[in-house]
Amino acid sequence: MIAFLVKRVGNAILVMLTVAFFAFLIFRFLGDPVEMMVNESATQVERDELRTRLGLNDGFLVQYLRFVTNAAQGEFGLSWRNQQNVITLIGERFPATFELVIIATILSLAIGIPLGVFTAIGRGRWWAEGLQFSSIVGVSLPSFFVGIILILAFSVSLGWLPGYGRGEVVQLGWWSTGLLTPSGRAAVVLPALSLSLFQITLVMRLVRAEMLEILRADFIKFARARGVKRQALWFRHALKNCLMPVVTLTAMQVGNLIAFALVTETVFQWPGMGMLFMQAVTFVDIPVMAAYLCIVSFIFVTLNTFVDIAYAVIDPRLRAA
Amino acid sequence: MQLSRILVGGVALLALAMPAMAGTLKWGASRDISSLDPYSYGDSFALGVLNHAYEGLVRYDRNLKIEPALATSWEIVSLTTWRFKLRERVKFHNGADFTAEDVQASLQRASNPKSPLRGNIPAYKGSRVIDAHTIEIDVSANYPLLPNDLTTIYIFDAGWLKDNNAEAPTDVGSGTEGYATYNENGTGPFKVESRQPDAKTVFTKFDGWWDKPQHNIDRIELTPIASPATRVAALLAGDIDFTDQAPVQDLPRLAASPEVKVLEGTDLRTVMIGFSQRDQLLSGAANPMKDLRVRQAMQLAIDLDLINKKVMRGKSRNAGALVAPQIPGYDAALDTPVKADPEKAKALLKEAGAEGFEFEFNCADTLVNEEQVCQAVASMWSRVGLKPKLDQGTRAVQTPKRSSGKVDVYTLGWATLPMLDTYSLTSQVLHTKEGSFGIFNWGGWSDKEFDKVTEASAVELDQTKRLALEAQSLKIAKDHALMIPLHQQPLAWATSAKIKDFPLFSDNLPRLWLVKM
Repeated sequence: MIAFLVKRVGNAILVMLTVAFFAFLIFRFLGDPVEMMVNESATQVERDELRTRLGLNDGFLVQYLRFVTNAAQGEFGLSWRNQQNVITLIGERFPATFELVIIATILSLAIGIPLGVFTAIGRGRWWAEGLQFSSIVGVSLPSFFVGIILILAFSVSLGWLPGYGRGEVVQLGWWSTGLLTPSGRAAVVLPALSLSLFQITLVMRLVRAEMLEILRADFIKFARARGVKRQALWFRHALKNCLMPVVTLTAMQVGNLIAFALVTETVFQWPGMGMLFMQAVTFVDIPVMAAYLCIVSFIFVTLNTFVDIAYAVIDPRLRAA
Repeated sequence: MQLSRILVGGVALLALAMPAMAGTLKWGASRDISSLDPYSYGDSFALGVLNHAYEGLVRYDRNLKIEPALATSWEIVSLTTWRFKLRERVKFHNGADFTAEDVQASLQRASNPKSPLRGNIPAYKGSRVIDAHTIEIDVSANYPLLPNDLTTIYIFDAGWLKDNNAEAPTDVGSGTEGYATYNENGTGPFKVESRQPDAKTVFTKFDGWWDKPQHNIDRIELTPIASPATRVAALLAGDIDFTDQAPVQDLPRLAASPEVKVLEGTDLRTVMIGFSQRDQLLSGAANPMKDLRVRQAMQLAIDLDLINKKVMRGKSRNAGALVAPQIPGYDAALDTPVKADPEKAKALLKEAGAEGFEFEFNCADTLVNEEQVCQAVASMWSRVGLKPKLDQGTRAVQTPKRSSGKVDVYTLGWATLPMLDTYSLTSQVLHTKEGSFGIFNWGGWSDKEFDKVTEASAVELDQTKRLALEAQSLKIAKDHALMIPLHQQPLAWATSAKIKDFPLFSDNLPRLWLVKM
């Protein structure tokens, strides 16, 4: 187990180094950060001085190595736009993104799994086929569009839920949570729904396919012959055997959700990491972009590692291997 | 029975709604300020927001004329020295008294080599404290525009800066954070109560403000909402009371809503097109745009009315001059938009032997509908046989190409901010590129006569003579077709209908201390 973990940590570091390498390769094409930082009337000399102070005249390899050396000492520098420590900046935003992603994941499981089971057992009926068909909508609509539609419906027309922001937040140590206040809970609904729509349909379609497979299996036939109740049959025996791929998918998708939350965050003005990254791109704020990319790649690797461990726990056959 | 129930219900609802309205103005901006430190980023919007908490020695009034703020009067004592009388009995938000020491410390901080705001006071040399409420400021030459420059140099408390080790501006290169990034201590009508970056910044009324408040706002909640559709939705849903960025395409919809008032005007920003005046184009071919006839032909090819109608939805103002009418130095005689005449344009091109030449057209993304404007202009040029190659990109990508002179034809929007004077345009955009002049002279234009008039206007202390010189320099620019003015951009704010008086400012900076709710 320890050897496994060490190997995994090594992998994580390698992935992060590679991501940062490519990031620094690309940063040069984003434009000139100095143009965004100085006043319109700054002279060329002042611009050049700033460029030198920020080390932008060095080649990208030198900049990359400097970043890695500093990062290894836990030093990610200051954001050029916000003049704040990058790690504090990302740390402040992380709880917002994390809560959004967790709520979206819970929604996708809570809605997607029952829907999947129902469309499987009701196969051929009009309502099951109708659900199955309409799930295409969920897969194919871009999430910014879904977000705008949700805002129009629930915020502008009905006035039930706020269309932007995070509501009141409560500070628990360094973690800020919106889940403890009514306005915070109301604010999370629309963005989480918009973020999870794709995921819901994904889970639903996966569960349906797996259920159809398993309902044909011999042990289900025997159980029915034995007179096991239908509810128990579907939800205990059959569903349990479908969950393996769902766990994998969900864990993998959490990484994706964190990475792609930036679209949802931009639409709903959700003050998370994605918003921060979008602004950093606009202002060519290299320290923020570099740190964000490293952190997201770290989250991906960590999640994959947990999936591997969870596999071993759920499926005893994998423990030996 | 039914009616009375509705009435009672309505009254109850009103009663519920009342406390929430008690002087809180929710401002949905298109972006957040990056820091509470006004000397952190050369950004007009952030300076405008922070002007609610910090003030300069002078400020702009309702008509964008300079009026006294922390200084009560000023005089020119010698060609290069200005004396400012400071206001007495002014308190900072932390209770400290405002004195000349504070002005000196602030000027030093703003003019520090590492300050991004140094360009805002180009002529500043040094300052001397005469007594507690008098200060002398030295400038490099006789320079009439010092008060204009001082509108954006906000005054810090010297003791507060010293105690918190913030006497120098924060240097992002050094890796240490600055106290003023997170904390505020100005003299303005509002003080910062709390700030969550990208979520909410709360200002509350400062009771000890020196000026008699014309506003009745107790609390301002500034929330950035980056997505235009979300911002419009929030306004329609009543979640925000005001936005300073109402998208042009949503204006009819907002105006139709009884809950919303739309305030429209034209911005000070004049959009124009500039030409390379170098010997060669980027492609290596000889540059035909050095010929006046070619520049005139390119101007005649552009149909301003069509751009106004189709691209700007009738909201822009066609321009003939390079500065907006509100800017000192503007001359109405120069402001006749050129009528499109493609046939004459073709004839001029033929005469100059420049038919069908190819060039790059460099466009960015910062102006209103810039992409569509550029596409329209490019197709108008194609109509007279030219071959423009559109090069569109973000500001961060395009500006390095522009400032290093790697452009043939380019767009430029110039509002003369923060100076609000024609000199800003003539000295930065049209003057030969040398020293602190001509930083935005991307085309490499150089005309000795023009430079002479511009420099003369810079040191002319007599206002009438100075404005005449500026108008003269604009005329030279027009006669040479140095740049093609297109239009002044539309400016649209939208407020909730319950706000009584909300003055619109054509520099696009809300001044909430003049708002009556």
